[in-house]
Amino acid sequence: MAFDSLRSLRAMPLLVNQLPPGPYYGILAEFATTADLYHACERVRDAGFTRWDAHTPFPVHGLEGAMGIRRSPLPWIVLIAGLTGAAFGFGLQWWVHAGAYPLVISGKPYFSWPAYIPITFELGVLFGALGAVLGMLGLNRLPMHYHPLFQSKVFERVTDDAFFISIESWDPRFDASATRTLLESLGARSVELLES
Amino acid sequence: MAQTEAELLNNPVAGRPTLILRSPDFHSITEAVAGPVERPAPIGWWLYFIPALALLGLLGVAVSWLFWEGIGIWGLNVPVGWAWDITNFVFWVGIGHAGTLISAILFLFRQKWRTSINRSAEAMTIFAVMCALLFPGIHVGRVWVAYWMFPIPNQMSVWPNFRSPLLWDVFAVSVYGTVSVLFWYVGLIPDLATMRDRAKTRTRKLAYGFFALGWRGSVRQWNHYETAYLVLAALATPLVLSVHSVVSMDFAVSVLPGWHTTIFPPYFVAGAIFSGFAMVLTLMVICRTAFRLQHIITLLHFDYMAKIMLVTGTMVGFAYATEFFTSWYSGNPYEGFTFMNRAGGPYAWAYWTMISCNVISPQIFWFKKARTSIPILFVLSIVINIGMWFERFVIIVTSLHRDFLPSAWGYFTPTIWDVSCLLGSFGLFFTMFCLFVRFLPMVATSEVKTVLPEANPHGHAGAEREVKGHRAAVHGEPTPEGAS
Repeated sequence: MAFDSLRSLRAMPLLVNQLPPGPYYGILAEFATTADLYHACERVRDAGFTRWDAHTPFPVHGLEGAMGIRRSPLPWIVLIAGLTGAAFGFGLQWWVHAGAYPLVISGKPYFSWPAYIPITFELGVLFGALGAVLGMLGLNRLPMHYHPLFQSKVFERVTDDAFFISIESWDPRFDASATRTLLESLGARSVELLES
Repeated sequence: MAQTEAELLNNPVAGRPTLILRSPDFHSITEAVAGPVERPAPIGWWLYFIPALALLGLLGVAVSWLFWEGIGIWGLNVPVGWAWDITNFVFWVGIGHAGTLISAILFLFRQKWRTSINRSAEAMTIFAVMCALLFPGIHVGRVWVAYWMFPIPNQMSVWPNFRSPLLWDVFAVSVYGTVSVLFWYVGLIPDLATMRDRAKTRTRKLAYGFFALGWRGSVRQWNHYETAYLVLAALATPLVLSVHSVVSMDFAVSVLPGWHTTIFPPYFVAGAIFSGFAMVLTLMVICRTAFRLQHIITLLHFDYMAKIMLVTGTMVGFAYATEFFTSWYSGNPYEGFTFMNRAGGPYAWAYWTMISCNVISPQIFWFKKARTSIPILFVLSIVINIGMWFERFVIIVTSLHRDFLPSAWGYFTPTIWDVSCLLGSFGLFFTMFCLFVRFLPMVATSEVKTVLPEANPHGHAGAEREVKGHRAAVHGEPTPEGAS
């Protein structure tokens, strides 16, 4: 178990905007079940590949560990965005009531901070949620409406019931024929070489 | 089918029952959910859509006349300055809360049964918030200056009063609407990609493809995606509790007997979840039959929802009793009068409608037969929503119609335009919901697939019921054992 988590700490490059220069994008292999995919991912990870990915119609539990992916840094983005929103909300109310437009309401002081809490909270949540969504899209390099994987006909089933591993051609260990043999030996149902 | 459902609910020895019946494979779930969206609209859809659209037209007429003539066309007047419009506002905001409870709070509690209903419940939330936002907007009278509610720099150098609960409300409800849309859209991305990949025509491919953002189901993407979903759930949970609390402070922060009470925030939140679940139930009973999703939205789901309604309905009843106790125990004659007047005054008919619909009727859910009977559930879901509308009416109107001085007493009667606005808001709600089920997958397929046994790469039986021969099911041949 400890060994697993150590392995998952190993540096893996994040998703990048660039695609492999070609002539090939890489190899795409289809697997029949989540269990087959899981074991294949462990083997591909242990073979030392770094620029590769697995594709599933739904999140498969534990697959990040089998691939050796680090935890998402997204919560930090959300924390910073949320605190920014809360600070902005609080500052706005403070500035309005104690600076720009001072009004005496029910004899309370201008800086009556307890009354500022609801809006501070709401703006913190708003900025945090926007940070979560935009941060997720940014980390995932989305939107990206074209991708070489979409050339593959079988890949259309990735959002339905099929499981895939794709190994990109700029991985230092990539070799069109040896990688194909490896994936076939791992129980791939079909293996396909994609142009870039 | 009936056998399987009965077996599902009545066999505790076999362990935790499966959430999805008929042991489908992944593809058949996609097919069941995406299929109806791709086929031409059935006649039944038009039977709902056309009346809904007609009611939406009524809303257009009512609101146009309101803008032209002013809020004098409504029945409200001193002393009842808030009446149907604010009742409708609180009613619709409350409806939305069940959607967020299902999508966020049940997600954090790892209640996997939510996956069958969360998408449509979230859609319901968004449409309910749209209806809710309409009412304070048109109630202000001079709608062309409604933007004064927002802190926008203007030539008068005037700013809103951030210390007012009414302004907290503007922020709470609009943030709630925005976050609900974000949460819903994030959940939709993988399913929009499914629609894109299944699309047969170029228009569909482009339309779904545009909103799917190029999703390719990569595990690196799922990694960030699941974190985002978890974080959004964690943000939406305190948010949803804050929204109806803030709505209740519109009343509780005033000094009016009947409103000025500290029990309001939790009492309003419980009532909101109660009415929201009733609305989810109304919609799901119709949708599961109309789209043949009985194996995905099962009686087990209804059983769980009925239990939540029993709990929240009883909590609401407890709050009614506590209010009475507090008014007596406070020794304040105005408080005491307000509550005696509520139960025995000119609006007693509304009060007892509320009590019978909200407190008495859900007690039938103590019986499993009632919790799993579609006709009883459907009728009660409507009864409860009538009751919850009356709860807001009772709180708002009965507290206002008897002022401190008898010379300022009055009686509110709605006009035809009050009624038109309420019916029209239902038109808006159902029109949006009809369009939703027509063009978007109404079940979160990528989430439902994760609760199937074959989604687990380790194949543990664990507490879940082991499905024999699940390898066969993976390859597209559901086995008879798989259904048990």
